Amino acid sequence: MFLFCAPMHGYSFTLKSANLTALSVGMLWWADRKLLCVSDLHLGKSERIARRGGSLLPPYENKDTLTRLAVAISALDPVTVICLGDSFDDLEALDALNDEDHQTLAVMMSGRRWIWIEGNHDAGPVNIGGTHLAEFETGPLHFRHIAIAGATGEVSGHYHPKSSVKLKAGTLSRPCFLLDENRVILPAFGSYTGGLKSTDPAFDPLFSEQTLAVLTGSQALPTPKPWAASSQTR
Amino acid sequence: MSQLPPKFADWFASHGWDIHAHQQDLLNRSMDSATLLIAPTGGGKTLAGFLPTLTELADDPPTGLHTLYVSPLKALAADIKRNLQTPIDEMDLPIRVEDRTGDTSATQKKRQRADPPHILLTTPESLSLLLSYEDAPKIFASLQRVVVDEIHALTESKRGDQLMLCLSRLQSMSPNLRRVGLSATVEDPPALAQFLARNPDPCDIILADPGPEPDIKILHTEDPPPWSGAGAAYSVAAVLDLVKTANTTLIFINTRAQAELYFRAIWDANEDQLPIALHHGSLSREARDKVEAAMVKGSLRAVVCTGTLDLGIDWGDVDLVIQVGAPKNIKRLVQRIGRSNHRYNAPSRAVIVPSNRFEVIEAQAALEAVRDNDLDGEPRGKGPRDVLCQHILIRACAGPFDADTLYYEVIQSGPFCTLSRAEFDACLDFCATGGYALRAYDRWQRLLQNLAGLWQLRDPRATRAIRMNIGTIVDTETLKVKWRGRGGAPLGEIEESFAATLTQGDTFLIGGQVVQYEGLREMTVQVTKGRKAPKIAVFMGTKFATSTLLSTRVINLLNTGDWSALPTHTSDWLDTQNRISAMPKPGRMLVESYWRDETAYTCFYGFAGRNALQTLGLLLTRRMEDAGLNPIGFVATDYAVLIWGLEEITNPAALLSPDDLRNGLDGWLAGNAVMKRSFRNVATIAGLIEKNLPGKRKTGRQATFSSDILYDTLLKYDPDHLLMQITREEAMRGLVDFGRIEEMLTRIQGRIDHVKAPHVTPLSAPMLLEVGKIPIKGAAVEKVAAIQAAELMREAGL
Repeated sequence: MFLFCAPMHGYSFTLKSANLTALSVGMLWWADRKLLCVSDLHLGKSERIARRGGSLLPPYENKDTLTRLAVAISALDPVTVICLGDSFDDLEALDALNDEDHQTLAVMMSGRRWIWIEGNHDAGPVNIGGTHLAEFETGPLHFRHIAIAGATGEVSGHYHPKSSVKLKAGTLSRPCFLLDENRVILPAFGSYTGGLKSTDPAFDPLFSEQTLAVLTGSQALPTPKPWAASSQTR
Repeated sequence: MSQLPPKFADWFASHGWDIHAHQQDLLNRSMDSATLLIAPTGGGKTLAGFLPTLTELADDPPTGLHTLYVSPLKALAADIKRNLQTPIDEMDLPIRVEDRTGDTSATQKKRQRADPPHILLTTPESLSLLLSYEDAPKIFASLQRVVVDEIHALTESKRGDQLMLCLSRLQSMSPNLRRVGLSATVEDPPALAQFLARNPDPCDIILADPGPEPDIKILHTEDPPPWSGAGAAYSVAAVLDLVKTANTTLIFINTRAQAELYFRAIWDANEDQLPIALHHGSLSREARDKVEAAMVKGSLRAVVCTGTLDLGIDWGDVDLVIQVGAPKNIKRLVQRIGRSNHRYNAPSRAVIVPSNRFEVIEAQAALEAVRDNDLDGEPRGKGPRDVLCQHILIRACAGPFDADTLYYEVIQSGPFCTLSRAEFDACLDFCATGGYALRAYDRWQRLLQNLAGLWQLRDPRATRAIRMNIGTIVDTETLKVKWRGRGGAPLGEIEESFAATLTQGDTFLIGGQVVQYEGLREMTVQVTKGRKAPKIAVFMGTKFATSTLLSTRVINLLNTGDWSALPTHTSDWLDTQNRISAMPKPGRMLVESYWRDETAYTCFYGFAGRNALQTLGLLLTRRMEDAGLNPIGFVATDYAVLIWGLEEITNPAALLSPDDLRNGLDGWLAGNAVMKRSFRNVATIAGLIEKNLPGKRKTGRQATFSSDILYDTLLKYDPDHLLMQITREEAMRGLVDFGRIEEMLTRIQGRIDHVKAPHVTPLSAPMLLEVGKIPIKGAAVEKVAAIQAAELMREAGL
């Protein structure tokens, strides 16, 4: 564990030969390449729900998500930013961004390489610059939205993993990174995102027994990944 | 004087009955626009409510709905249907009676809308749903009377506010509608009458003969009750002896978890194998139905129960009520005592069982209050606006509406009679656009104004979601508990948060059985038979706070100097307190400080009820942290909050400064979990988030996210949003209960008696043994979490 810079605490680990840091704010940092990776922003979520006749949620999640992203980018000054998919809640959701949001995004994107990986929510190119790719490979790492069993050196998102530790004062549950020797799955970064428990069977085919759940929050907390009761016998 | 028609007089005579005075009174006033009847259980209250309807419909009634009966319980509606059928059959009246609740089949419901019965029996939620249909005006055009049963219970929650909005709506469809409310004993009948009547119509109050004085005692056992705790296990043998002296006994316990434990303790001691059952809100519907059926058949000698049996079907054979644990509230105690002996003229028999030493005092104070007929109750606040938001959405489902007309309708209801037009418009704006400072949904408004200026739903498909969300009871999220590998009905439900603390092999009590947690499968908790001692199920249930009136009576009892009514063990204890420290005095606050094990303890005797004192504990420890007094933890009871820390508190008055406490509420307390829970309820009722419906709930999918996120977002970007305003209003009551802190500050006016005691004081000693101590979180929690995580890593060899 090492302290990165004032507000950004992280847990460092090696995936294949890449030295990576799981930042407490829920992003992945590859310092050697000055590469920042973030997943599942789900911009435009409240607009999409409203459009479909659902309830009118507080329309502040774009501002909140983009502000947090901007803070990290100005602190780390990455050369490359990879958004791992589901950056937009759907392709029409881009219309939901107001002028201020577009401005924030434009400032962040300028002067660096920006890669949009396609997700299941936002398959297809969006009209805001940057590079659009289904997947992206660099060095020993392979970036895609949804993890594939058997892959190695894989960085993905999609599942919104969360995990908990038991404390005397109660259970502390937080979005988390899940990682083992073959892959890391990033937590969702968007403000309006829920989580899938790390004990969910969906993770079973993807991870080994040596898997860690790194909880996010004011510090990055590595814990052994808890398993579902049904798989406790392993 | 309305003469009873001969057919009815003969029917009464054939049973050897005389019409009760209050039944005749209600018949005489049958044309009044509103009447409130207050009568004890078993006083023929329901028949009194229905007599005017039966006489009006006795000869050749026109088709169409004549009377609507609304009760808080589905079971009551079904039971009343059976009871009404008897006089109708015996007098051969041409009257059709039907019930309509959540249990009624869809076909039946559809038929009822096309061809309504003369008398329809329903619940507030089913009525709201009925009013959301476009054909509602047709169904209710012929309505003459509405009878609201157990109205005292409905006023205690938002269900009452919702019902009164519905009555206003009904009154618009049927302007000559007459209202009758039926209530158990309450502290302020005129307030209840105003709640019921169309504002500003008058509402006569009829008080039935309360019957003979109840025979009520406190259980005194050879061994004194323990110093702390709420289990009352010491009393089991004595309570079993009491059960043997009665035909049927209701044993009321304050919480579900305690009911489980007490039931188990009773069964362990039940050598005669008396048929004793358990009944509480976390048991499965099937299990509860079985107990109720056995009760009706008279095959049970006792039922251990919680507030679930406060209301309900009239079981004639109950002749003893036992209240285990402090009664907390005198009105509820009186109503519970009234559950015994429904035969009108026999006195009710009741025994209070204090579960610890302090409760001996509270029980004595409560008993005296019952004898003096001194009932408590907090005045009702204004009608809550989240309920109004839901009402507006339901109104929109029924078709386009005019805002002026709806506003006029709303302020005719008792709870909303002081609602300003601006407040109404803010609720309408919330329903239409979300009501945010940032206008974001111009294209996707939920409600739109049409060309005629009427409001309507933008997307008619929204009616489905709105109808699914009707109601004001927001349950905590629970999971069903089932035997693993066996079919059959679920055993009951446990809270999701409790389930999350279980790991395989953990044991807990449910339905009186010890079960072992095996795992979660398809959102059901799988269990097998448990053999270990149980970990206690932490059911949510409501934790009632001791009422203001009862707290005042306890202070007064402590200061009478005459403790002859109390057992010696208790009066000796109080004498020692007087010698070592002092008594808490009326109009003042006693604060005691002492050292123990190098820890500084300070006890604040606030007498403001558990919830408010818990909040006070949070606020005080926060202030202490700011002042460098290093608090470590605190515990709150209904009477006092005990705080411990590394430094001594020398100036308690400074900590209790009203302005600073208020700032604390607006400031950091806003981020507290209890506020988030209040918000969740408000947001669900107002229609911002959808209720978790059985079978349709989230299944751990990543798509749904918690309402806490919405709360945090509003707090950050839109803190004055309507739902945040409502949440802050709620904080004055309920879990946060800041209103009681205000009341306490007004009462003591800064008059503080600070005693520096040489050691632990007798009155505060039991608090050191209390469970539910709260460690101070804040920055500390991250530190603890890191240590915990490191330990786990080490154990796992990682």
